[in-house]
Formats: sequence, C-alpha cells, structure tokens
Amino acid sequence: MITFLIRRLLQSILVLLVMSLLVFLGVYAIGNPVDILISPDANQAERARIIAAFGLDQPLWQQYLLFLRNAAAGNLGRSFAFATPALGLILERFPATMELAVSAMLLSVLLGIPLGLFAGLRPKGLAGKTIMTASILGFSLPTFWVGLMLIMVFAVKLGWLPSSGRGATVNVLGVPLSFLTRDGLEHLLLPAFNLALFNIALVIRLTRAGTQEALQQEYVRFARAKGLRNGRIIGVHVLKNILIPIVTVIALQFGSLIAFAIVTETVFAWPGMGKLIIDSIRVLDRPVIVAYLMLIVTLFIVINLVVDVLYSLLDPRVRLAEAK
Amino acid sequence: MTVATSDTPLARFLHAYFSSRIAVIATLVLLLLTLAAICAPLIAPQNPYDLTKLDIMDSRLEPGKVSSDGKLVYLMGTDEQGRDMLSAILYGLRISIAVGFASTAAALAIGLALGMVAGYAGGRIESLIMRVADIQLSFPPILIALVLLALSGPGVGKIIIALIAVQWAYYARTARSAALVERGKEYMEAAAGLGLSPLRIVLRHLLPNCLPPLIVIAALQVASAISLEATLSFLGLGLPVTEPSLGLLISNGFQYLLSGTYWISFYPGLALLLTVAAINLVADQLRDVLNPRLQGI
Repeated sequence: MITFLIRRLLQSILVLLVMSLLVFLGVYAIGNPVDILISPDANQAERARIIAAFGLDQPLWQQYLLFLRNAAAGNLGRSFAFATPALGLILERFPATMELAVSAMLLSVLLGIPLGLFAGLRPKGLAGKTIMTASILGFSLPTFWVGLMLIMVFAVKLGWLPSSGRGATVNVLGVPLSFLTRDGLEHLLLPAFNLALFNIALVIRLTRAGTQEALQQEYVRFARAKGLRNGRIIGVHVLKNILIPIVTVIALQFGSLIAFAIVTETVFAWPGMGKLIIDSIRVLDRPVIVAYLMLIVTLFIVINLVVDVLYSLLDPRVRLAEAK
Repeated sequence: MTVATSDTPLARFLHAYFSSRIAVIATLVLLLLTLAAICAPLIAPQNPYDLTKLDIMDSRLEPGKVSSDGKLVYLMGTDEQGRDMLSAILYGLRISIAVGFASTAAALAIGLALGMVAGYAGGRIESLIMRVADIQLSFPPILIALVLLALSGPGVGKIIIALIAVQWAYYARTARSAALVERGKEYMEAAAGLGLSPLRIVLRHLLPNCLPPLIVIAALQVASAISLEATLSFLGLGLPVTEPSLGLLISNGFQYLLSGTYWISFYPGLALLLTVAAINLVADQLRDVLNPRLQGI
C-alpha cells in the first residue's frame, strides 16, 4: 500500500510538471495579451511600463522558472482582466462548481437507482422499456442543447424557474451556498438536472443490469424460499449487493461532472470555475487559464488516487501493490 | 449461383444485424442524414452562406413563413440575418458529420497501430505507450479537448487534432488487449512457424482478428466525437464562424432564446440529437452482433 502511494505520488508530480510545461508553453502560443491589456491609444512609454509590470519582457524560460517558483509558493500569477491573484479568483468560484456537481451527483443517484431498479424488475413491461429507451436518449442528448431547451420551457414559456445565476446564497463557514434558500434552490434545480442527465442514464443502466444479474443469484432464491417479503428482498438484499459497483462508477464520474460543469455553467450563467475559464479563454487572460488548468489537473490526480484507494478498501480482491 | 449464400459470414452478420427493427430504422435514418449532408448544396433551398441570397427583411421569421419575395417557404424559420435554417442545418450537418468521421478514422488508425505495436512487441515500448494512454484516460475527454483548443485556438484542423488526441487511447488500449489475446493463439504460432515476416503476420493475421471490438468502439466514438465537437463549438472553442457546424448554429440561437425565438437553437439541436442517437443505436446493434460478451454495458 505504501509503495503504491509513493509510486503514485511520484508519478503525479511528474504528470503535474509535464502539464505545467505544456500549459505554460501552449498558453504563450495563443495571441498577444498586450493588445488586449493596453488601450490602442497608449503611448510607447506606457506600453513598456505595463509589459514590464506583467513580466512579459523576459525570456520565456525565465518566465517559466519564475512561474514554477511562484506556483510552489501557491502564487499562480495575477489575472490580467481582474488584477487580482488568479488562484484566489478560481478558488472564489470553486464552491459554486462543487455545489453544482454534488447536487447533480445526488440527483443522478436519487433518480437513477429507483428507475433502474424498476426497469430491472420488470424488463418486459412497457414502463421498463420506456425507461430504457429514455436512458439511451440520455446518452445521445447533447447536454448544452438540453440546457437551452430547459431554459426555453421552464424559464421562458412557463416562467417557473429562473434561467441564470445562483440566486440568494447563505454563508456557511464563509462559503456561500445556494441550496439553503428557496431562491437559490430554484436557481440550482435546472443546471443540476442538466448536468446530471448523462449520469442518470448511466445509473439507470448500471442498476438495471445489476438487478437482473442479482435476481438470478442463489441468495435471492434462498431469501424467497425463506418467505421474505418481496420488498425486503429487493430493498435489502438486492440493493446492498448492486450498490458497490454503482457507487464506484458514480465516484469515478465525479471528475467528469466537474469538467462538464464548464458547459452547464456557460449555459446557465452559473458563476463557477467553468464559466470563469471560458470567459478567460475568450479574453486571453493567461494567468487564469494556466491556474485553472493546473488546479484541475491536481484535482483529478487527487480524485483518481482517492478512488483507487477507496476501491481497494471496498473490494479486498483488488490489490494495489500489485498494480503497476 | 444461388447456393449457400446465406451461410457466408457476411450474410450471417447482415441477418443478425437487421433482425432488430430499431437497428433497421436507425440505419435508415443515419443513411438519410448522411446522404442529406453529402448532397446539401443540391437539396438545400438556399445557399445559406451566399450573403447576396439573404434578405434582412426576413430576419427571425417563424417556421412556415414565406420569404418576402414569395419564392421560398422557411420550413424551420430564419435566423437574425434572414438565413433559412433548414439550409443552414443541412450545411452544418455536413461539417459535423465530416469532422466526426474524419477524426474517428484518423484516431482509429493511430490508436490501432500503437496498440498493436504495444501488444505485439511488448517490453518497454508497450509500457511507455500504455502508460501515456492510462494517464490520458484518467482525464475526461472534454477537458483534454478544452486544454488543446484553449492553447491552439479554433479551426477545423485544430478541432480534428483535438478529437484525435481525445480518442486514440481507447483504440490503443483495446487493440493491445485484443493483440495480447490473439498472440497466444495457435494460428499465430503457425504463421511464425511458416517464417512469415512480422509485418505480414501483424497485417494479415493479427489485424483482422483484432478488428471487431475496435469497429464497435469506433462506431460509438463517431457519435461522441460529433457531440463533443458540437459542445466545443457551442463554447466558442471549436470551429470558426466561417465553418458553421450544428454546435455553432445552436450557439447563435442562444442569445435570441430568452426573447422566445426558439427555432434558431431548437432545430439544429434536433438534427444533432437525431444524428448522435442514430449512430449510437447502430453501434449498439453492432456490439450485440459482433461481440455478445459486451452486452448490457
């Protein structure tokens, strides 16, 4: 276990370094921020002053070394557009994205497992077949377009729910959260459902497959022979056995939810990290792009590590030390 | 000769494939859409990107309205420049499908080559290729494409490269595991025993036996490539305005959505959904027929 952790940690650091170099070099290939930062009617001296202030006059490798040294100290540069530290800017929006991703995850479990169970218990019935067809649709639907259509129906035509923003938030331990107010909850509902759509379909399919497999098992037949109520067999015995793979897949999907939040946040103008990165790419705000990419890579390395470790704890058959 | 045609592998495959009604419908829809995309310049009511053909008086007309010169019925409405949405969708479909298929074909070729080399050669080459693939697969595709496009800027060539970069690892991984399985089989030993060159063994004996699972994955990947391209273009990172794919059309309609002008975004999205769903259903059926072990995933 410890060898595994050390090896993974070393590998993670290597991935981070390679990514930082790639991102840093790549970001320099896109456009010249000077044109955006400095108004066209600024004179030469003013131009030179601003270029020097952002360190844009130094050779590339020196800028990279400086960037690495600062990054190690938690300083990922100042945003060109906001003139505040880039990392702070992203961390400020981090809770909004997390809230959206966690809500989407909850929705996919709360909707996906019951629907999947139902479809698995009655695979031949009309309702079961409808659920399965809908889940295939869930895989094919372009998320951003569904988001637009949700806005169209629920915000524009029916006027039930707001179309953008986060609504009123409540500070919990200094972190603003939407789901504690009615207004915030209304703002959260559409984006969370939109983001969850793919995962709802995924959970439905996993649960259905798991249920059908479990129903063939000896222990279910034994439970029936014992005369247990159907509800208890399904609710306790079957569910407990199919839950582990579902939980694992859902945990693995959490990273994708955060990545896909970029799309949902753009559609619903949800003030999270994803919207920030798209806005920053549009105005070529290099430090924010670099900081976002570094943060998200770190986040993914951590998520993957946690999932691997959790997996070995949940399922003793998986031996981490043997994994290459 | 009318004898025994029903027993060739191809005939058996076709029989199994078309035994599902949904698969038949999906295949027909996909063929129709592809045909419509290829023939777009011939069948579109209007050349949507010839500015002399557009009439600003027809701006944002509802579906079913007649153009101001009375010559054309806008079946799917018009956008803010008075462009017929049906024509724009046909042209957009052309770009979306072309990008999806081109990037998948290229990624399949690259991934297949790398995966088979890894599986056949083994050793250091194998662990290097597979390690890179593993690390890449631990990030979601949209994030990798986003990084690449944020760095390179929009463009047809760039989005195809991004889509290739996103996909190759899937093929490499599958090709390697298929090659590993096949490598231990007797016919490979026999081919080596005959003294055939490694290149011939790989191309003529290993490749055909590794293909079925790859075809299934490639079919699924075309759908996700088209979907991903649309998403990236919607975000403004994919195709430039001069190459309006379906995603870009939807994005153009976004700003008019809140005022109730739904059709600029709705119909391109419907076309996208239809395309992606048809490809997914075709891929599902291919998987069931070619590789029964993978059912239910």
